[in-house]
Amino acid sequence: MKWLHKDLLDVVQLSKSEVMAIFETAGRFQELQERPVKKVPTLKGRSVILFFAEPSTRTKTSFDVAGKRLSADTFSLAKSSSSLTKGESLKDTALTLQAMAPDAIVIRHWCSGAARFLADRLDCSVINAGDGRHAHPTQALLDSFTLYQEWGDVAGKTVLILGDIAHSRVARSNVILLNKLGASVRICGPRTLLPPAIRKWPVKVYSDLNEAMKGVDAVMCLRLQLERQKEGLLPDLREYARTFGLAQRHVDLANPEVRILHPGPMNRGVEISSDLADCADSLVLDQVSSGVVVRMALLFLYMTRKGEE
Amino acid sequence: MAKIDLIVRRAKLDGKEVDIFVSRGRIESVKKSVKSLDAGDARVEEAFGLTAMASMTDVHVHLREPGYEYKEDVESGLRAAAWGGFSNIMCMANTKPVNDTASVTELMLEKARLHWPKGPRLFPIGALTKGLSGKELAPMAELAKAGCAAFSNDGVPVKSSKIFLRAVEYASDWDRVVIDHCEDPYLGVATGINEGEVSSRLGLPAQPDVAEAMQVSRDILLAEYLDIPIHLAHISCRKSVDLIRFAKERGVKITAETTPHYLTMTEDYLEAEETEYDTNAKVNPPLRPEADRLAVIEALNDGTLDCLATDHAPHAAHEKEVEFDVAPCGITGLDTALSVTWQLVRDGVLTQETFTRAWTTAPCSIFNLPVNRFEPGDPADFFLFDEGEEWTVSPQTLYSRGKNTPLLGTVLKGRVKTHFIAGKKIV
Ligand SMILES: [Zn+2]
Repeated sequence: MKWLHKDLLDVVQLSKSEVMAIFETAGRFQELQERPVKKVPTLKGRSVILFFAEPSTRTKTSFDVAGKRLSADTFSLAKSSSSLTKGESLKDTALTLQAMAPDAIVIRHWCSGAARFLADRLDCSVINAGDGRHAHPTQALLDSFTLYQEWGDVAGKTVLILGDIAHSRVARSNVILLNKLGASVRICGPRTLLPPAIRKWPVKVYSDLNEAMKGVDAVMCLRLQLERQKEGLLPDLREYARTFGLAQRHVDLANPEVRILHPGPMNRGVEISSDLADCADSLVLDQVSSGVVVRMALLFLYMTRKGEE
Repeated sequence: MAKIDLIVRRAKLDGKEVDIFVSRGRIESVKKSVKSLDAGDARVEEAFGLTAMASMTDVHVHLREPGYEYKEDVESGLRAAAWGGFSNIMCMANTKPVNDTASVTELMLEKARLHWPKGPRLFPIGALTKGLSGKELAPMAELAKAGCAAFSNDGVPVKSSKIFLRAVEYASDWDRVVIDHCEDPYLGVATGINEGEVSSRLGLPAQPDVAEAMQVSRDILLAEYLDIPIHLAHISCRKSVDLIRFAKERGVKITAETTPHYLTMTEDYLEAEETEYDTNAKVNPPLRPEADRLAVIEALNDGTLDCLATDHAPHAAHEKEVEFDVAPCGITGLDTALSVTWQLVRDGVLTQETFTRAWTTAPCSIFNLPVNRFEPGDPADFFLFDEGEEWTVSPQTLYSRGKNTPLLGTVLKGRVKTHFIAGKKIV
């Protein structure tokens, strides 16, 4: 398949067949994961800059591993270790990065729209690894890929996204992608953590977790930022855990085959009970390994897009 | 008959071809054009093909001097005003230092006299509270004496209703109207985007319309309680408009303005393919949905909203070429206001009566400024306008130092060719 996009900013841009192409490529790389030597020379000599203006060990490591498995050279620029972001404008950072002539840049930034800002100014591919509250396309792709691997098809399934939707780029991208793939999506969380325009989203909204869980095929817990309490969005964590924290009694209401996802890192005992995180139905660790192969697929597709495979 | 200094020949005024006679800075008479005319030693300006329009008044401008001259200064701001068709502009106090002492007011006026001795006229607006802190009243008597035409904490609205009430009372002792930027301090952080569908898709922290409307309601109640006029700045949404309409029906002394961008743009601009996250459209209050735009237009036409103002807010390019969250709010507006709003008249969105009221008579009567209705004795403040001239908005065609407008690259119709203030040609 000839890949036509220069950048991956949001899942909105991807057609269903493009998503399937990503999954298919990721599936091929998955076989590679099982070999003793997990490295192929596909992107030898190519360079990927990992520009993380907001810390995220998980996502960064995942991209780093993905790049290295494809033999690309990966370079990290973190906010703390780099003079690049010290009081420098994102525009100047972009120009500096451009001057290093990378083949792709993976960006994580605390401002919504930052990936687009970079993509407008750079010739190389820009892959959004999370911008503000806006989008986290690679996370959504790996979540759906994980479910796709379990089910063979996501269409017709019901997925519940639970927790802080308003501040979550993971939720936003997942709602869009799951709808694209034909799943029906439910949302559950306190009203203070739902975006005001939620009624216009293609989701069913619940405030009662028991109701929300009835008959679902999968539940995605979101990480609760603990400072939300100080912002007056929650009374306290104990109440949150008791009302919106996922526990076995909720899981019992779901489809017997229900799968549990969490993008990590987890606040055990807050948004998810500790035993559920480790239970047999939990796909949390599968998500981590899916993350590597989905990101390998993305780096592969975006960096060889000129048909020069 | 007084000695005629200037005759503007064959200008189009209200659809008729007229000659305009000016004497000692005032309109002497306006007569149907005649073929030949003995001008005596008066200066003659041929205006055939051009429209004569009364100069406009902008009661809400940020000139940035002192303190932020790289964004704009008095000279460049007045230049944009002169070419934009404005004879009077009122400039806000959020400079550095803040305009809360006579010396700052005097500096602004001195700069205006130095660079633009014949106009446009500059009317500084003094701070309501010292340093815009919202805590202690500014010395409004001193400021009024130095030349402040009104008072406002625009940019940093006063949080405390009590201090605000005192400020309105105190300002009224000096016959000055208070202008309020309506924004509930707790709901209404200046995020530059309306809270709704668009902000939820773009993932940006946003400001709901009730943040504006709540403060509008506070100001209406205070104006009614004190029986003192209050002017509401840059109204952007239906909820505010409904409150103001109701207040005016009750006879509350409230007046209000809106800006060209709330008449012509909506929040949809910020998620359109080409202009997604465009910081040039980051403005406070934010662009609202279409229903609000229509409500604001209706309110301007029916007089609920008294006047237009640009809220001219110039910023340097490097300040706007950043992430949306980080960019300052504001659109540069003096250069484009006339073309944009005259297009609305052409399109039948605004009546010509509304246009004239909104840009000339209403702002002048609210703030006691001179106004030209082309009647004998009126100040000869008018410009000659080429209605058909097309121009592209670009950094080169804007006279303001601020190039921060979502209109960059668009073609507008209508350009000022000559501008007279008190009968003196300023451009
Ligand atoms: Zn304001």
